[in-house]
This record gives sequence, C-alpha cells and structure tokens, in this order.
Amino acid sequence: MKKRSINMAILFAVLALVAAACSSSDDSGGDGDFRIAIVAPSAENDLAFTQSIVDAAAMLKESGLVAEIAITDQTGAPDDAAVAIRDYASDGYDLVIAHGSQYGGSLQEIAPDFPETSFAWGTSADTFGLANVYSYEAASDQGGRVMGIMAAALSQSGVVGVVGPIEVGDAKLYVDGFKAGVLIQNPAADVPVNYIDSFSDVALASEAATSLIGNGADVLSGTAQMVVGAVGVAKTEGVMWFGTQANQTSLAPEIVVASQVYHWEHILEEMVNNVKDGKLGGELYSITFANDGLVIEYNDGFDLPDDVKKLADDAIELIKSE
Amino acid sequence: MSEIFTVGVLVAVVASAIRLAVPLLLASLGETFGQRSGVLNLGVDGIMLLGAFSGYYAVLKTGNVWYGLIAAGIVGLALGLASGVIAVTLKAEQGISGIGIYLFGLGMSDLLFQKLVGTPIPIDTFPKVHIPVLADIPYIGEMFFQHSLVVYMAFAAIPIGTFVINRTTFGLNVRAVGEYPDAADTLGVSVARVRYATQLIGGTMAGVAGGVLAISLGIFQGNLTNGAGFIAIALVYFGAFRPVGVMLGALLFGFVNALVLELKTLEIIPRDLSNLAAMAPAIITILALAFVAGRFRAPAALTKPFTRGQ
Repeated sequence: MKKRSINMAILFAVLALVAAACSSSDDSGGDGDFRIAIVAPSAENDLAFTQSIVDAAAMLKESGLVAEIAITDQTGAPDDAAVAIRDYASDGYDLVIAHGSQYGGSLQEIAPDFPETSFAWGTSADTFGLANVYSYEAASDQGGRVMGIMAAALSQSGVVGVVGPIEVGDAKLYVDGFKAGVLIQNPAADVPVNYIDSFSDVALASEAATSLIGNGADVLSGTAQMVVGAVGVAKTEGVMWFGTQANQTSLAPEIVVASQVYHWEHILEEMVNNVKDGKLGGELYSITFANDGLVIEYNDGFDLPDDVKKLADDAIELIKSE
Repeated sequence: MSEIFTVGVLVAVVASAIRLAVPLLLASLGETFGQRSGVLNLGVDGIMLLGAFSGYYAVLKTGNVWYGLIAAGIVGLALGLASGVIAVTLKAEQGISGIGIYLFGLGMSDLLFQKLVGTPIPIDTFPKVHIPVLADIPYIGEMFFQHSLVVYMAFAAIPIGTFVINRTTFGLNVRAVGEYPDAADTLGVSVARVRYATQLIGGTMAGVAGGVLAISLGIFQGNLTNGAGFIAIALVYFGAFRPVGVMLGALLFGFVNALVLELKTLEIIPRDLSNLAAMAPAIITILALAFVAGRFRAPAALTKPFTRGQ
C-alpha cells in the first residue's frame, strides 16, 4: 500500500507539472476588469496561427481595454480544449476564445450552458445561431494571392512549392489563394502542393520541403505551425520562402521574402466593446486587406526588386477594391 | 503515373527514408535493451522530447552540435535512471509509470522551451559528410553517402547492439533476466543491476534520438517528436526484439512516409485520398507487426517486476 501511495504521489506530481506547463495567465497591468481567455492548438509563440491571436490580445491589454489574458495553448485535441473552455467559462471570464476550427463541436455544446459568457470561435463563419457566440475568419486567400504573384515573379524555374498541413479552413484558403496568385502571374508555372496531413509534424514538413525542392521548386510557402521545419530546409538550400499568419522573418532572414500577418486586434477590439455593451455574440467577423486585418510585412533584409514589390502593391489595391 | 518509376524518385525517397528512420532507429534500439531485460518503458517519447529540448538548447547556447548531442544523452541518461527507480526499485506498474514519464517529458520540455527560449530560434544543424569517392557515385552516392555523421553513427549502433546482446556476458544477463529472472538471480546475476543498466542505455539512446531530431531539423517546438517515441516502441515488437529487425522496421516506416510525401509532391496521390495516404505508414507498420507478432515471442518476464523469492 505504501509503495502504491508513493507511485500515486509521483504520478500526481507529474500531472501537476504538465498542467503548469500547459497554461499561463497574465494579469499584470491593464486598468479595466475585462478578462479574456484563449484556448489554442499550438504554442503561444509558434510564429503562426496561435501567436497571431495571442499578439492581438496582448495589444488590447497594452491599450488598457483588457485587464487579464489567460492562455491555454497546445490543446490540439478538441477534448482537452473543451475542458479548458468550460473551465474558463466557469471561472467567469468575459470572453472565451476558442482559436481553432476543430473546437466548433465542443463550443456548440458548451456555449448554451453559459448564456452570460461571450465566446468567440475561429476560424469559422458559423455562430451556430447562438446569441453568445462570435465567429471570426481570415480571408487568407487574399494575402496568399499577393504572395503567389510575388513568388511567381521571383521564381527562375517556374516551380513554386507549397507545404500545407491538413486541407481545411484557413490553411486551404491560403494555399488556394497562393496557387491562384502564382498562376495569375505565370500561367505556365507548376505549383505542387504537399499537404502532409498534420499540423504538428515538423520532421514531415521538413521532408516535404526537401521533396518539393528536389522536384525543381526554387520558391516555397507554407502554412501552420509545423512549417518551421520547411523553413529550415529552405534556408539550407537557399530557396526563397513566403510566410503567413505571423511574421516568419526571424526564422531565416536570408530567405524569407515576406509574410502575411494576421492582425486580429481590430475585430477583437470590436468584440470586447460589444461584450461590454451587453451584446455577447451572434456576429461573424473577417479580417481582410480592406479592414487592415491582413498586412503583408516585408523582410527589410531581403533585396526585393521594385517591380515585384509594385506587383504586390497593385494586387493589394485591386483586392481592396473588389 | 510513369513519373513514379524514375531513378530520381527512388533516390529522393531512399535518402528521405534514411533521414526519417534515424531517430526511430536510435530510440527503438535503446528500448530493445530494456524490453529484452523485462522492462517496458512507455515513456520513450517523453525522454525523446526532453532530449530534443536539451540538445536544441545546448546548440543554441554553444553553437556546437556535438555539445547538443552530449546534452541530449545526459538528460536521457538521467531520465533512464528515473525510469529505473520507478520500474525496478519501486516496482511500479510499467505501463502507467511510462505514461507518467511521457507526460512529464511532454510538459517539462515545453515549459523549459517557453521559459528559456520562447519564440522558435533556428540553430545550426549537423553538417553533411561528403565521403570521398562513394559520395560521388551517381544515385548511390546521393542515397547513401551524403548524410550527416549521426546517420552513419546510428546505423553503426545496430551491429554493435547485436553484438552486445548476443555475444557478451552483459547481453546474456540481459536476456536471462528478461526470460528467467528467478534463475538468473539464483546464478548470482543481479536482476536489479542489469535492469538499471538497460534503462540507462534506453534512456540515453532515447535522449540522443530526440537530440538528433531537433538538431537535424535545426529547431524546437512543443511536442516536436509528434509521437515518434510510441512508434519506436512498436518497432521493437515489429523487429522481434532484435536490433536488425528494429532497423528494418524503422527503414520501412521511413520509406513509406517518404514515398507518400514524394507521391503527393508529384500529385500522383489525388488530393481527396491524401488523408488516407497519410495513414499508410501506420497501417503498414501495424500489418507488419501483426504478421511478425505471431512468429516471435516477447521476453517472458516483460513488464513483470522482480521480487526475490516470488
């Protein structure tokens, strides 16, 4: 019995450490009392999807609109996310953000149990008809198209490769937009897309990039948090890279040309103000070039030809006018 | 479809398969020692993750990839010792305690990364070794002789592991305590000492496997192994508890993964079958496992704690 107790104590200690590692809360500063909770599938500083929403919330906190931000990241499994979402709602957070299209089913089940709590779900265009759920999405195909145009203009081989995660939601939108952009600029281009069917397998993303380069690609792009592996290969092989979701220049300043960066703070600010005014949900938000939610951030260290930059600027203006 | 049957595709797939196989091979070989001695460590993936982080962090701080490998090995050794204490001294139920080690490695590696590094920062990777003459042989050179030194070290570990298990007194003791611990004990072999030794070997190799993964990729992020440690455990069964079998299993898994990736790049696999194709490595490994499992017997004392006189 004594040994069993020791073993159980060890197990609980381990679980406590894991729990401590997986969640964080930042309640320093901020002069209001509004509390935001974020539940997201990857690390809060993944230079990709999760970081984009964390950065946006941090901006609202800096502005004083929000007093506290709690984050539970790396909840790739919807069941784990559901626990976190419910916990935050029970703890009285004013806005609980389920930042992952895979969390929809859980949110649909949880939100009706907390009618006084506002929830946000993205990327998605569905609020389930619930009055306390906002949904949000990124028109990532817009930035994808602009970067595809630049990629085609820079490619010497006429082969531009893409490393994708799973062919759904935001990732699919970006990849489709990127491919369309390449073909707008160079209809004869070859745009192989390698969906590795994982959001987290860095090694597989790395080998996918190697495969694309081996098949002639001299410009690459990709989306989701596992692309850090692909960027590493691009850097080693001297192949240009276009990033998305967050600015990926720091990963490889030599080869990153530009990144499409998500600025959720504009729509997040609107949601927070709505919640403060008593409107808890029922609306769909979308970030676009037109509302400054999407921004192309160039790598100052990359010598981008002026004519290619002009192609991008023209494309952005055209998209804004559509 | 004719694009599949080209030398270029074969070269790319084999070279990629070898790279993908190396971390699995190292971790599986270490776990083979443990299982042959009767200890199942389901925490391999957690040890790999902590090895990956420590290797990454050491390279980030020193710029020396070999220091990274040493750091990964030391951390693996420490976790191997912990696993020995839990499984051998405390006689804990091995499946549950292994999951505990896995969860510890998963959480702690990410916690350390968040606290000590934060945003992913690229590090140096292992330099490729250009083996004179051999590396210049058309196709063969690109497939087999243009890898980094750790790849050759990993494959060199297979005959060494085979020799140690089959031809040394230590190997004989490992096999004895895995099959007949009471008899081994009666003959004066310390079951606990042998099992501790295999846990130290297994932990070190799992740590090194994680280090090799992170340093080869030149980056770390949470759950970098993506479950590779569990594949490594399955490969021990696949390899019938023998180093050569483990190597073949790792190569098969790597080959199928690499082939699927290449076929996706060539757009030979239709997009709507992509999900199915991604499962191919796991499905083929399971089928092979089922085929092999009936033909080889696991060590009789596997997962059974040893208590003298019981």
